[in-house]
Order: sequence, then C-alpha cells, then structure tokens
Amino acid sequence: MSDIIDNIMELEEDTQKGRFLTFVLGKETYGIEIKYVTEIIGIQAITEIPELPEYVKGIINLRGKIIPVMDVRLRFRKDPKEYNDRTCVIVIDINDLSIGLIVDSVSEVLSIPEDAIVEPPKNAAFSNRYIKNIGKVGNDVKLLLDCEKLLTENELEDLSEIM
Amino acid sequence: MFFFIREEHPLQTDCSALSDMVLEVVDFIKEEIEKIKNGDQAYGDASPLIARIHDHLSQLRQGKESTLEQHTPAKSEKPVSSMSHELGTSSPCAHTYKAVIRFEEGCEMENIRAYSVIHNLKEKAQEILFYPEDILDNDQCAEVIRRDGFTIILRSNESFEDMHQLLLDTLFLKSLDFEELKGDDAFSFYASANEEDQNDDTHGPAVISSEPERRELSDKGETHLQSSSQQSIVSVNVSKLDKLMDLVGEMVIAEAMVIQNPDLKGLMLDNFQKAAQRLSKITNEIQDMVMSVRMVSLSTTFHKMHRVVRDMCKKLNKDVELRIIGEETEVDKNIIEHISDPLMHLVRNAIDHGIESPEERKLAGKPDSGTVTLEARNSGGDVLVMVRDDGKGLNRDKILQKAMENNLLVKQPSEMTDKEVFNLIFLPGFSTNEKVTEFSGRGVGMDVVTKNIEAIGGSVSVDSTPGKGSMFILKIPLTLAIIDGMTIRVGKASYTLPTIAIKESFRPREEDIITDPDGNEMIMVRGQCYPILRLHRHFKVRDAVTRFSEGIIIMVEQDGFTLCCFADELVGQQQVVVKALPNYIRNFKKAKGLAGCTLLGDGSISLILNIAGLLEV
Repeated sequence: MSDIIDNIMELEEDTQKGRFLTFVLGKETYGIEIKYVTEIIGIQAITEIPELPEYVKGIINLRGKIIPVMDVRLRFRKDPKEYNDRTCVIVIDINDLSIGLIVDSVSEVLSIPEDAIVEPPKNAAFSNRYIKNIGKVGNDVKLLLDCEKLLTENELEDLSEIM
Repeated sequence: MFFFIREEHPLQTDCSALSDMVLEVVDFIKEEIEKIKNGDQAYGDASPLIARIHDHLSQLRQGKESTLEQHTPAKSEKPVSSMSHELGTSSPCAHTYKAVIRFEEGCEMENIRAYSVIHNLKEKAQEILFYPEDILDNDQCAEVIRRDGFTIILRSNESFEDMHQLLLDTLFLKSLDFEELKGDDAFSFYASANEEDQNDDTHGPAVISSEPERRELSDKGETHLQSSSQQSIVSVNVSKLDKLMDLVGEMVIAEAMVIQNPDLKGLMLDNFQKAAQRLSKITNEIQDMVMSVRMVSLSTTFHKMHRVVRDMCKKLNKDVELRIIGEETEVDKNIIEHISDPLMHLVRNAIDHGIESPEERKLAGKPDSGTVTLEARNSGGDVLVMVRDDGKGLNRDKILQKAMENNLLVKQPSEMTDKEVFNLIFLPGFSTNEKVTEFSGRGVGMDVVTKNIEAIGGSVSVDSTPGKGSMFILKIPLTLAIIDGMTIRVGKASYTLPTIAIKESFRPREEDIITDPDGNEMIMVRGQCYPILRLHRHFKVRDAVTRFSEGIIIMVEQDGFTLCCFADELVGQQQVVVKALPNYIRNFKKAKGLAGCTLLGDGSISLILNIAGLLEV
C-alpha cells in the first residue's frame, strides 16, 4: 500500500520535475520551477505599506489570505513599468511563505530537459545571485530563477544596506 | 504511590509540613513522568520520600492524640462520650444502615480504600461506625478487610436507595451487603459493642461524628463536582479554533460583500433586505460565539500562584497570604499563555522585594502576615490585572541611585516625578535588591515582564506608596483577534484605528494650528496643545487632503499620551478581524505604527494602526 503511495508521490514529483513556468520581464524570459507556483492571478488592488523597500509593493487580499507582493522588475533594478492588463501576479509558496511576484506577463509552462540546463557563467565581476541555471529551449535562453534566494538573500542584503 | 497520596491528602490539609511533603512527592512524580515521556528510565529513588511520609504520618498521629488540635475527629480516644454526646444533640436520624463491603482481590491498600469510603459517607451520614477502626495507620487492617470485609454502620437521613448507590460507586467494589437496621436500638447495640471492644482494647469500631463544615469535606465535595462537570468538556486543538475564527471572519466579509453588492444598488428588494438582516444577525451571533469559545477564565493562572507564594514563604521565612479577586474574568486563550510568566514574576517580586520580614512588619505596626492581592477586572476593551502588596513600597532614592550607577538616567533626578522614577524599574538590567536570591534580584526581570506584555499589545504600570506597598497594573487587551475599529480614509488608502483609543474627532480651524520653528505642527484644543501627525505624510500617501480645513483630526490617546491624527475622512465604525501582516513584511521590521491589517467589506485591505507605535514616531 505504502509502496503505491510512494510511487504516486514520485510520479507527481516527476511530472513537476524539469518543468518551468516562464514569464517575460522586459526583453528577457525567466523561468521558475513549477513546484513553487501556487497560482497566477491578474493584477489587483495593492495596499501599500510604508517604510518598505521599493520593490515590495504592499499586500493583497487573496481570498481572505493576505500575501505580500513584490515587483520583480524593481527587484532586478529595472525601470518600473505601468501595470496593464497583461501584468500578472505569480503566487509562489516557498517554505510556507506565500508571496506574489508581479511580472510583465506570463508566457507558458515549458519542459526543459536536464541536459539543456547549464550553469551560469561564474565570474567575480559578474554577479548573478538570483539566476540558478540557464535553460536552452531552441534558440532562446531562459533564465531560471532561484526562488529561495529571491526571498531570503535580499533580506541579508537589506540588512547590510542599513549597516 | 500517587493513589496513596491522593487518598491521604484530605487528612493532611491542615498540616503544612505534610502538604509540603505531598507537593514534593507530586513534583517528584511529575519529574518521573517527564523522564518516562522522554523515553528515559525512571530511576529516581522515591524511598526517602516515602520514609519521610511514614514518619510524618506517625508524628501526626501522635500529635493528634495529645493535643487534639487537628480537627480530625476524636478517633479511639473517647468513642463513648463523643457518641453519647452525638446521640443527645443530633437531630433525629431517619435511618440506620449496616454495610459490609468487600473489595476485589488484588486491588491492594484495602485500608486506604476503606478510608475513602468512610470519607465519602461523611457527607451523607450523621454518624458512622466502622470496623476495623484504625484503617489508616495500621497496614494489617488491609488483611482484616480482605478476610472479613469492611463493616460500616451509619445513621443518615438519606433514603436507602441513595445510600446504596453511594456505596456502589466505590472503586474496586467486589460485593456489598447493605441493610437497614430498625430504630436506634440497633445503633446503640453496635455502639455498646464498640464500647466493650474498647474496654477489651481490641480493634473496635470507631465513631466519626460528621461535621459538615469540615474543610476536608468541602474539598472532597469540590473534586466530586469537578469530576462530574469535566465530562461535558471537549478539549479542542487551538489551531482548529484559529481556523474556525478565520473562517467566521471571512464569512462576515463575504456577507458584507453580498449585502452591499453594487449590483443591488437602486433595486427595491424588501424580501431580500429582510433575509439579509436575518443573515447578519446570525453571523454576528456566530462571531460572538466563536469569540467566547476562545475565552478562558483567569482562575487557573491565578491559582498557580498559590504554589509560588507557598514555596517562596517557606524559603524566605515570610508569612504571606495570597488574595485573589476577580478570577472569573475571562481573556483570550493565547493571552493567558502570555501573561502567566509575567504574573509569576510580579508575584515573586512582590514577596521577595515588597513584603518585609515578620519582624520588620511588627515594627512598622502591620500585621505579621503580608498580603499579596491578585485582582483582575474588565475595563472597556481591556482587562486590568493588578498585583498589589502591602509591603514597604518602592524606594525612590534607591531606584535613582541604582539608575545612576547603571547610567540609565536621561533626566535630572530632581526633575523626575515619582511615576517616572518607578517606571525606571522596567528598564533592562535593573534590580534594587542588594543580594541576588533564588527568586529575584538578577536584574533580568521587569523588562522581560514589560516585553511579554507589550508583545500582546498591553502595558505595565506601577504605583507605590512608601511603607504602604506597591501595585503593578497590567493592562492587557481582551482579545487579539477582533477589535472595534474606526475606519478612516487617507487618499485612496483606508486605515483602521482601535475605537477605544479614540477620544474625539473634529474638523480643525486653520487658526488653531500652531507650527513651531522645527516644522512640527500642533493644535490647541480647549487650552491644551497636542501634536499633530499627518497620516498622509507618515504613510506617504499621494493625492490625500493636505489642507486642515478639508480633512478631519482624530484625537487618540494611549497610556496618557495624546496624539492628533490628520486624515481625510471618517468612513465608519465596525468590528474588524485582526490579521497579522505577512511574516515577509514583518521581517523588515520597519513598519512601525502598524498593528496588523484587516479586510473590509468590499474585500480591500485596511491597515490597523498601532497607536503606541505612532506615538514613538
């Protein structure tokens, strides 16, 4: 019995493995592992909270649950862009922490085989904290995000900024 | 062993040494249970304790016989006289019963069990004779009971069935012969037999006169009541209650969404309105109910302090009485968890620092035994918990001296009011007690109390009169989950203020506004000057009203400080469900002045302002 359950669990893991939700931010296409994604919603009224970093836009009400939202554009130090009807909030769930990511638009769910994923170039002058890997799909390149770093690393950085 | 203690306990209530022992044993057992829980072997050696218990038992017995001071009934000493006395004065007893009880084999400690039977009967019966007599002190009685059964003769006003039932409730009961004896003759017969037995100096039946006012009895009665009421209680996981709470909160919001649905605007819907009213009534009731489910009375927390007081008195050789007032006051479950430790700390402080030794008290013309009063009462949306002692009070000079030593002073000592001086003791690293004791004086005390209380949105204050004692007041919110809030609008954003904090609101006139050279704005109201906080500036809200004559000022008060908040307009008052800000946001720890957030009827979010936080800005 438990074997069967294990098998099912494995299957589920397998179906999620190597699949990425891709979204567009300016010119680049990014991907996040599908296992983190809870849902995708359209942009909605954001309640601003004072004295937060610029990229944390505020909080939204997701069916009674209150979750913070972060503008990924600002997070990556890109120019802000007016929100339109293509703008989406990707709700991700990392270590029981829900957060919404505001992106320009969501494209598709892609399967990227493991051999098509390469490490980002390592170079001291080249900081790429948030990019875990780079995926090749046809002629395009998808930047695969490290979601955990997106949330945790920045706090460290903020702290050091304060210091 | 635990059983033994429990059965013994009522007899020992008035002997403090023995209750010490009992407590010690209970502690010991707790410790052992903890060990077992952790998977360790219970290796603690209980034999010294047991030996001491036996010692004390015999001591107690001797003491009883010589002094008769313990109001345990005069046992074998003068059965005849006490009995005749009883016969002469006691009101007519309707029935006389004889019962022979046999216990199940192998249940052990028959004598103790028999004693508990007698104990239960004392409530019901006027007079009781039983055989064997010295069941408590002679272990051999167990043998006799095992062989011949335990014989009880009693006189009571209760009916045959009632008494029978009572006896049938005995634990490990194997058989019960129960009969009604006719008239007083039978009783006298047994009594005289008893007399003869006494003369022969054998184990005879003993007479226990029933004194209904005896403390032991009432104790026992209470435990009986408790055990019967416990059956109607279900213990529920707090997380389930929290979930229920959330759901009800969402339902309230959903209800508002339906009733105030924009699609319904301008329609005449009489029946819908009626149904909607009914719905809101029910949802309100559900909300109240869910809230009340989470409310727990403070009595358990308060009664824990009895033990603390006892232990401290023993250690410090002080005589302190704990008075409890208003223990039935109810507060939210999670608040109770937070105030238990601070309360214990305050009680310890009161005994250690506050109450003087009996000698000093005599010199000061006070009764030998000090009093610590724990009092709780409701006041508006808060609960006040007061810890009061009639000790020496706080010493202003000592506090100032200590504060100077530790460089905690920010003002000139002469400029400080008593209240300011006393509040110094809440600062970290402060202790006026010269020597560190087991209980206090380490200086990590009051600031922890303050922190704990502030964490749940409460406050601590202190008041003291030298020589008369001091009083600590904990002001804690009734509940964390729902507050009565006033929703205000600033630009497009809405904020909620706790209604209890609001003193008044008014539209200011431009000429009342005063601006000082630093740009701080103040307003003169009825001769008093208050600072103004522009909410739109504080929260960086765009397109808000900036002219004072177009907005509204809300005067809020917290802990005696008043602040005027400037907002665009008041939206309305409603009960709101407080939701914590997401951890992610809280991790930034910058959002001061925000207590949480709530969902409004239209699904939008309103931030709840924390007045204390705003005052710090």
